[in-house]
Amino acid sequence: MPPARKRKIRLVVALSAAVLLACALVYTSLLSSSESVTPSDLVAVKAAADTAYTLTGKVVDGSVRTTDGGVDFRVRDREGATSVPVSYSGAVPDPFREGREVIITVRKQGTTFVGERDSLVTKCPSKFTEDATQRASS
Amino acid sequence: MATVGRALLILALVVALYGIAASLYGAVRRRDEFIASGRRSVYAIAALVTGAFAILEYAFLTSDFTFATVASHSSTTTPTFYQAAAAWSSQEGSLLLWLWLLSLWSSLVLFGVRKQLRIVTPWATAVLLGFAAFFASLLVFKETPFALLAVAPAEGAGLNPLLRHPSMMIHPPMLYSGYTLFTIPFAFGVAALITRQVRAADWIRATRRFALAAWLFLGIGILLGARWSYSELGWGGYWAWDPVENASLLPWLTGTALVHSIMIQEKRGMLKIWNVSLVLATGTLAILGTFLVRSGILDSIHAFGASTLGVPFVILIAIMIGGSIALVVWRREALRSENRLDSLLSREAIFLLNNLVLVAMAFVVFWGTFWPLIAEALTGTRRSLGPPWFDKYTVPLAIMLVLLSGIGPVIAWRKATAANARRNFLLPTVAALGIGVVLAAFGAASRPAALAMFVCGAFVVISVGQEFWRGVGVRRAMTGEGPLRALRSLVARNRRRYGGYLVHVGMALLFIGVAASTAFNSARDVRMTPGQTTRVGDYQFTYAKATSRVSTTQAGELEKISFGAIVNVTRDGEKIVTLRPERSYFPSRDLAGLGPVGRFFEGEATSEVGLKAGIRRDLWTAMTPDIRKLMPTIEEGDRVFAAAAGKLAPELEGQALGAALNGIVNRYVDSKPAATFRVITSPLVTWIWLGAITVFLGGLIALWPGPDAARRQVSASYKARVAEELGRA
Repeated sequence: MPPARKRKIRLVVALSAAVLLACALVYTSLLSSSESVTPSDLVAVKAAADTAYTLTGKVVDGSVRTTDGGVDFRVRDREGATSVPVSYSGAVPDPFREGREVIITVRKQGTTFVGERDSLVTKCPSKFTEDATQRASS
Repeated sequence: MATVGRALLILALVVALYGIAASLYGAVRRRDEFIASGRRSVYAIAALVTGAFAILEYAFLTSDFTFATVASHSSTTTPTFYQAAAAWSSQEGSLLLWLWLLSLWSSLVLFGVRKQLRIVTPWATAVLLGFAAFFASLLVFKETPFALLAVAPAEGAGLNPLLRHPSMMIHPPMLYSGYTLFTIPFAFGVAALITRQVRAADWIRATRRFALAAWLFLGIGILLGARWSYSELGWGGYWAWDPVENASLLPWLTGTALVHSIMIQEKRGMLKIWNVSLVLATGTLAILGTFLVRSGILDSIHAFGASTLGVPFVILIAIMIGGSIALVVWRREALRSENRLDSLLSREAIFLLNNLVLVAMAFVVFWGTFWPLIAEALTGTRRSLGPPWFDKYTVPLAIMLVLLSGIGPVIAWRKATAANARRNFLLPTVAALGIGVVLAAFGAASRPAALAMFVCGAFVVISVGQEFWRGVGVRRAMTGEGPLRALRSLVARNRRRYGGYLVHVGMALLFIGVAASTAFNSARDVRMTPGQTTRVGDYQFTYAKATSRVSTTQAGELEKISFGAIVNVTRDGEKIVTLRPERSYFPSRDLAGLGPVGRFFEGEATSEVGLKAGIRRDLWTAMTPDIRKLMPTIEEGDRVFAAAAGKLAPELEGQALGAALNGIVNRYVDSKPAATFRVITSPLVTWIWLGAITVFLGGLIALWPGPDAARRQVSASYKARVAEELGRA
């Protein structure tokens, strides 16, 4: 077989394999991923029961209640007041506090959203700068 | 002071822009004086930014709260060690650190090549100065570390207690050193493509050591972050597939591929397109990593929020990607390989396969990290992927990678013969499989992926050990040296090779530790009261007693309240260890609406993990005390202090507060309080850190300058005897 033809066949085989792998990657990603939502999204779309959502927002001031195995709290939009109740069991990250930004995987059960065990993460407060309004120029 | 700092940064920006123009003019017009001037601009920027960084550090160390960044990230009560580190805990401070390291490394490489690579260097200088100008612009126009407050507060907010860990002092400089060092091969790669100097491997040789240093520093940075997570955060893990963690892994993976494929270009003149693409991709991924942590484009626990840096970074990355692709396509003819692959059973083929696995791994991590954006583009909905998805792809790739790292160092270049294969692989294969059978008999068969990793890891350790053994044997036969002296001179004569071998052993140990601690750990979250026991794995954890204390700073100020537990660990009735997990509460700096007692429970909280690390197994526990019973007392305390407001002298009020807090901590212990414990028994975690130390040592050996070429000259007869001994003739 001429070398040029051989190279062409190799290229076609390699490209076909790459396309197949890419399709597999897209398929498994769609299958395994959960929708990222804000509290407003959950309220607006009427969250389906037993569907996992990755909820991002801020812990509402005064809403945190310690329970025997975790915490109950409300999460609100980053900018806005719409909030949803969350009941969580598992390790509570050290930086977790009212007003902090959290990411948690939740499923709707009745009127509340139940957090998946150990899915609660809190944004590192050392880096999360609320604003820079206090600053004056030098 | 702040004005001087800001002026130094503005000057650095001006010098960078001048340096770019001088370097390009010198390169195009072949004017050496402009080329030298461009190079000296880099040295000048290093000096200017060193000055700016010193001013910022001085402000932190003297608690100058007129600086906004000092007021928000340090305090007079922050220990000096952490005051110095607090300089890079902010967005603006870390950007300054980035620029400072970039200017230092750039100066080092340009000083080293000042008499070589005369065609390539001016263009590389311009690229490096381009990066410097970019970061200096951000510091001048977007995020200045020298912003002043209109009214300086009496006290700063302090460094987040979570960051008060020795790892955090070293972790960011290591990561940023890795990122900035990767821009050096990038700059020289771009310059080599522009000047069509890609056939000569000189630029690769000149920057290879920097690529290796970048790889090493970035790796150390990543592992320090993992260690901090394991020992400081109360979740018991060391890797969470967070976007910012992944962002640091991406250039490390492609950088690993690069330090291997460079060898093929040096030895055989092959893989030039691949190499230059890896150089460019790694440099771009290093900037992407910096971008991800600063832009807030992806939800990450580590990302800086409220940032305005997204757009400038997107523009820079777009230029880097577009320019890189255009350059490679433009110079594709000059990048043709000088040789072809002779056999699939050769070192170059194994290195190529190793490269493909590493790049596949990088692609998977990239895909999973950016999936929220990809999904949004495809489906209109933002979606995110969790750790199980990452594990599904990275675990088999990691097993392949470890296996290849055992084959690569010992297989022959060009084409391995059956005799070569038998001689090099028979013992490691049989021994590793034997170990696998024994481990399977002891229960490892229940986790096939972990078992496969153990077998592959054992294969690597034995095959590399065999190489050392043979090398020492040859050396002893040739020189009559003792075993240790022979080992030392063997390594000293070929640091790159034997340092690399040690890195492979370290990586094998590390992956064995990861596989074992992931597959065979036992974890339990349990609520207990004093006297209760829980069983995890083969161990009984008994919550013997509650503890509590009030800590003060060196200046005598109340610093934190800690509630802890004494946990006795036994196995089959025999006492193993006593663990003392603790949770500390720091007072909130936000005084509005909080009483003097209550504010201790509204501030930051940190976990002190109770850990017994061992070569076979770690016993790990963290606790969250149930302080609900204390709330009425805390509220009562706040009411009393509110009623006494203005009636007590400040020093008396401080004493009264101390007494009140001591009363609360004593009441906590007396109440036999419940606490929620996370208890983990995890095998071979220590192997991860030992593996990391081995990688670090191997990397240092490989990086260390070798003896003069003259001293490395060996006689033809010596060479022939060595080859004969090694069976590679």
